[in-house]
Amino acid sequence: MAEQAITGWRKWMMGIGEQCVFFGRFFRNIFAGGFEWSEFVRQCYEIGYRSMMLVGITTFIMGFVLILQLRPSLVALGAESMLPKTLAVSFIREMGPVITAIICAGKIASSIGAELGSMKVSEQIDAMEVSGANPIQYLVVTRILATTLMVPLLSVIGDVIGLFGGFLALNITDAISFSLYFNKCIGSLDFSDFLPALVKTIFFGFAIGFVGCYKGYHSNKGTESVGIAANSAVVTASLWIFVIDAIAVQITSILFYR
Amino acid sequence: MTVEKEINGINKKPQKPKDEVVIHASGLKKAFGEKEVLKNITFDLKRGENMVVLGKSGEGKSVTIQCVVGMLKPDEGDLKVFGEDVADMSDEELKQLRIKIGFLFQSGALYDSMTVRENLEFPLTRVLRLKDQAEIDKKVEEVLDNVGLLEAIDKMPSDLSGGMRKRVGLARTLIVNPEIMLYDEPTTGLDPITSREISELILHMQKKYKTSSIIITHDLECARITADRIVIMNDGEYIAEGTWKELQKSDNELVRSFFNETT
Repeated sequence: MAEQAITGWRKWMMGIGEQCVFFGRFFRNIFAGGFEWSEFVRQCYEIGYRSMMLVGITTFIMGFVLILQLRPSLVALGAESMLPKTLAVSFIREMGPVITAIICAGKIASSIGAELGSMKVSEQIDAMEVSGANPIQYLVVTRILATTLMVPLLSVIGDVIGLFGGFLALNITDAISFSLYFNKCIGSLDFSDFLPALVKTIFFGFAIGFVGCYKGYHSNKGTESVGIAANSAVVTASLWIFVIDAIAVQITSILFYR
Repeated sequence: MTVEKEINGINKKPQKPKDEVVIHASGLKKAFGEKEVLKNITFDLKRGENMVVLGKSGEGKSVTIQCVVGMLKPDEGDLKVFGEDVADMSDEELKQLRIKIGFLFQSGALYDSMTVRENLEFPLTRVLRLKDQAEIDKKVEEVLDNVGLLEAIDKMPSDLSGGMRKRVGLARTLIVNPEIMLYDEPTTGLDPITSREISELILHMQKKYKTSSIIITHDLECARITADRIVIMNDGEYIAEGTWKELQKSDNELVRSFFNETT
């Protein structure tokens, strides 16, 4: 029993060490010269553009549903006019970034994990390495930087679409003009709502890319390991999103809401 | 098939002495956990020579060539490539060494998100850092023509048969003009006719590109066609060495058992 615990602990520590080494290799290769611009742009397209529809639909529904759920409570308190403000604050600060990141963890981290995992299984990464090319620079740096850039952009798009979903839900029961609704939304927000949310999505994006690449790049050689890499990438990235969110909220509270 | 084609445009490598040892291994040992895969491997590969390592599957034949390119580190022993100890090399030195060594994987290991053309351009732009697109196109077309697959230049790897994938893999390896070629089971999974074509292509390419090669295989026909010298591997050790004819006449029962199928 104790031996098992020690082995598990040692394995966990070795995993942490491996991740640190992988981060070091990633970081070194950003500045190693010969940046793969064309692959980076292709990844931005794959990660950003191809996730836009999914993020849009999800955030639209969340904005729509949130208004429908909030309305009875706020009407009971006589605070119906607070609906746009409540939605805007909750969506910009928390819902939009987290939902977008979770969607991206499911779609992007799994696809990166599976892609690199299958490249590992079919010896494509080994082939790159033994040819003298740099697989970290071509496969890892481009993907991590692309997610780090695209997840915040998707989050901003998701915020806008979510607020639009809220506007449509509000119009089912109340008549409110588009300009009045958005004026109320934007008027209720300030710098301390936008900036921390944007900064944390950068970390979400990095975590999604890093976990996907790490799990795929270090998968074992066997078809089963491709599925394991994809699955593990989603679970770990999702977990990291909540951990980063919790830390970000604490830091934001200290810096802005004291 | 271009095996019978005229050899033209032979690479311009400087002539080096034929008896020069390009790979020297002595007392190589490698274990994975409890399992000792390499027990005591000693060999020399001379310039321009084709050495075939013949043995049963799962005997650790591929581990030897993985050590040569620095993918694995031997636990013990001496391994020198072009006179330099592989274990002592820095990342940059290893990268420079790998440019001189071509490695053909069992599966071909083509990058499946790229077309054949892009697969071949990859080492030219990323390893040799060529910029001139006309020069890149010329090299790609030339090497594809050499392996008889010029018409497949814009196809995706998923559209190619097993034999075609191996040929494209070979072309991608040869395009950087390596001095040493390492083949990991080049005919595994192919039908006998295609296996023979690939074996002849290996021999043809060796003559054209003047490479020294280690060919890992359990295919006797491949060994017969390509080998200047054959070593037999059994239980982590080389148990016999010689030409095809010499080994056929071996007194060793295990060695003879390898050749019984074809004699």
